[in-house]
Amino acid sequence: MTNSPFRFRDRIVPQIIPVVVGGALLFGLPQLLDLFTLLQVTLYAIMAILALSLGFIWGYGGILCLGQSAFFGLGAYAYAIAAINIGESTIPFALALLLPAALAAAFGYFMFYGRISGVYVGVMTLTLALILFNVVNSTAGPEYHIGKAPIGGYNGLPNVPGLNLPFDPQAQLDPVATYYLSGGLLLAVFFGLKWLLSTRFGRVVVAIRENERRVEFIGFDARLHKLAAFTIGGALAGLAGCLFCVWGNYTSPVIFSMIQSAQVIIWVMVGGVGTLLGPVLGAVALSWLTAEVGMQQLFDANLLFGAVLVVFVLFVPRGLLPMLTERVWIRLARSPPRAPLSHSVTASGGSA
Amino acid sequence: MSVLLSAHGLSMHFGGVRAMNNVDFAVSEGELRCLIGPNGAGKSTFFKCLTGELKPTAGAVRFRGQKIDGMLPHEIARLGIGIKTQVPSVFDGLTVRENLWIAASRRHRGRAANRAADRELAHLDLEPIADRMVGILSHGQRQWVELALVLLAEPLLILLDEPTAGMTEDETQRTAALIAEINKTVALIVVEHDMPFIRRIAGNITVFNRGEILVEGHAEDVLKDQRVRDVYLGKRAA
Amino acid sequence: MAYATVVGIEIVYAIATLVLVSLGLAIVFGMMRVINLAHGEFLVMGGYSATIAFHHGVNFWIAIIFVPPVAVGLIGLVIERTIIRFLYGRMWETMLACWGLSLFLVGLMTMIFGGDTEGVPMRVPGIRIGAYQTSGYELFVIAFSMLLVGAVWVLLRLTRLGLLARATMQNTAMAEALGTNTDSVYALTFALGAGLAGLAGGIIAPLSGIVPTSGGSYIGQAFITVLGGGASALTGVTSASLLFGVVGQIATFASNAVLGSVALLAAAVILIRVLPDGITGRYFQGNL
Repeated sequence: MTNSPFRFRDRIVPQIIPVVVGGALLFGLPQLLDLFTLLQVTLYAIMAILALSLGFIWGYGGILCLGQSAFFGLGAYAYAIAAINIGESTIPFALALLLPAALAAAFGYFMFYGRISGVYVGVMTLTLALILFNVVNSTAGPEYHIGKAPIGGYNGLPNVPGLNLPFDPQAQLDPVATYYLSGGLLLAVFFGLKWLLSTRFGRVVVAIRENERRVEFIGFDARLHKLAAFTIGGALAGLAGCLFCVWGNYTSPVIFSMIQSAQVIIWVMVGGVGTLLGPVLGAVALSWLTAEVGMQQLFDANLLFGAVLVVFVLFVPRGLLPMLTERVWIRLARSPPRAPLSHSVTASGGSA
Repeated sequence: MSVLLSAHGLSMHFGGVRAMNNVDFAVSEGELRCLIGPNGAGKSTFFKCLTGELKPTAGAVRFRGQKIDGMLPHEIARLGIGIKTQVPSVFDGLTVRENLWIAASRRHRGRAANRAADRELAHLDLEPIADRMVGILSHGQRQWVELALVLLAEPLLILLDEPTAGMTEDETQRTAALIAEINKTVALIVVEHDMPFIRRIAGNITVFNRGEILVEGHAEDVLKDQRVRDVYLGKRAA
Repeated sequence: MAYATVVGIEIVYAIATLVLVSLGLAIVFGMMRVINLAHGEFLVMGGYSATIAFHHGVNFWIAIIFVPPVAVGLIGLVIERTIIRFLYGRMWETMLACWGLSLFLVGLMTMIFGGDTEGVPMRVPGIRIGAYQTSGYELFVIAFSMLLVGAVWVLLRLTRLGLLARATMQNTAMAEALGTNTDSVYALTFALGAGLAGLAGGIIAPLSGIVPTSGGSYIGQAFITVLGGGASALTGVTSASLLFGVVGQIATFASNAVLGSVALLAAAVILIRVLPDGITGRYFQGNL
């Protein structure tokens, strides 16, 4: 790399600051907030993990999955059903990651090895989520159960056991501990993805987004890389689903709904496609807004979200964070702004 | 000189159209071969069968003895064939340096990839634009970036599809010099239309016409051949 | 024998429903490449317009056949002029904008109509075949959908407007150079697609109650039918509907409706895997 005298400031400091800030928030917030607000923050952290799962595969991989709620929901239900049956949470937690990952791998194989192009991926994943929603929604009768756990259909699945320390069902995690776990996992996922994107694998995934054909001519198997990225995204969404289910001690088919998938997309879009911080900020800000909006009666929540999405697509397609940071970058006279949304997420000169 | 790449009885039919008919072809190690011919002669089709973008209807392509027709593009690339396409196929949303790193990282890990990328930046005189987005570079500069990507994979054979398309006279001269230099260690197959450029890089020429090979031989002889001139001027060839 | 006839009718009915529900989307997506995720809501708006008209004294048949396409067609026109026309050619953006539109419309309809189920009563008597009862309305739907496909074909193939529409979709710049007002053509074509969706909603209205969120049940099937069908608007939709209708209905008979839709999805996934451009993508390039 360049022998810049500002190496420390340019390279090391930007890496340390986020860690310090994250750590400060994680350990500082419980000191400042009351329990109720802390529970809300836990929810935001969980949603941020979900947003990161999509932000990774969409913003960096160019894979617009319109059905991320499928993996989110599967993680929740896998955990709930396994926990009710087994009675402790370690294996269910693992299942909540593995089953969505397996589904993502299988579905992803079908799509990417079938050379299905970007936009069609969106529609197929949307249909997957829709079907899961329909199937789970109709399992209300007592005949629908897995082991001891009734699936519950549109009634949902209540009384889901909380998390406990590994293999120790007596040591249940209280809400504060759940906060630390969720926040800690959020930081782990955030920095984990950051690291992943700096590896050869991560960079190839981004390159595939830019130009899949050229990546293949260089000698990398694009389908495999996309499949791996998509599977990671599925696992992370499943993780969020499990935490969400634990947070509310409850899950229902709504978790598979279009609204849920749309929310994740809106979070990433508003926050900033192609960044890691953007989805986190988008999820937190909009989850907070949803809670506030849900309490007023003037406008329907769907109406507002729909309007926000349309406005953003028309005027701020790459989200707030890039738009704001670009102003800053231009002033610091760095390289010119990146290409618009449709350019960076449709591969030029090859199948998307 | 041993044969590096060969094709036997290669044919490509698109419905009723015979884009390529029973082509036999061979390139030796270290050779520089130009493919020329009028539009629709089958050059692109032949080229795409070599790169793996098309699977031939009949016949086989062998690279170092191994059958490669029908293989996936990335598998062919891994065997040691570098491909430079007609329209520059590069990563527009990344900087020149980032582009090169991806290509370098196929052969090197971590720091070594950085060093290999730096070397190529210097080699192709791309250092001044190393941190600029490829998407905003001029056409000629993008061709160079693509060449760098191809070279970094350290191929044994490079396929170039109209490398000087859209280039200025200066850039074309530089490209000719570069090709001569690359040819010292790597075999090349170049599809081109620019006759002065072809004369400059010399080597051997294969002339395609109507999906078949018309003439093959040294550049000087082929370019003087009356049949070749007829074919380009539209008169019936034998 | 009677049972076979009834089963046969059910299968044809499933196909006809798929065609009806997907036709508008085939125009909007097949011809214009707009991934209209609000298609389900257009259907629902058609249903609501039929309901409102009927409850205001409009004749049943006029309420379900003529009111919805006009109402939703006009709404589609407005939507095209205000949102869609800025996003042509950008598939991601149109898809997301249409999704936002879908949410917006659901919210709007919820605010206007509330969560109560609306509906139009059935006006066609059942028909006896042997020992079985079949719905006369189903026969009507089958006949109507065939007529509709025919009418759209005539419109696109034999009229001047249809020719202009097809030309514009295939090569906008050239159509403009020849003097066509492509803006209007785009607007009208989108309105046509929307109107067809509304019409489908009107026809389906007597069959089940309508709530603002009903659109969600249709969007999935409509999309995979259009995708599976491929590039040609009419041939694609009819052939895909045939395939999926048969598969879905047989699966439903064998088990239940939910698994029927799962079978439909599985068939679609496999089809797109085998024929990534849909049924007509490879063989009917450029045709209707």
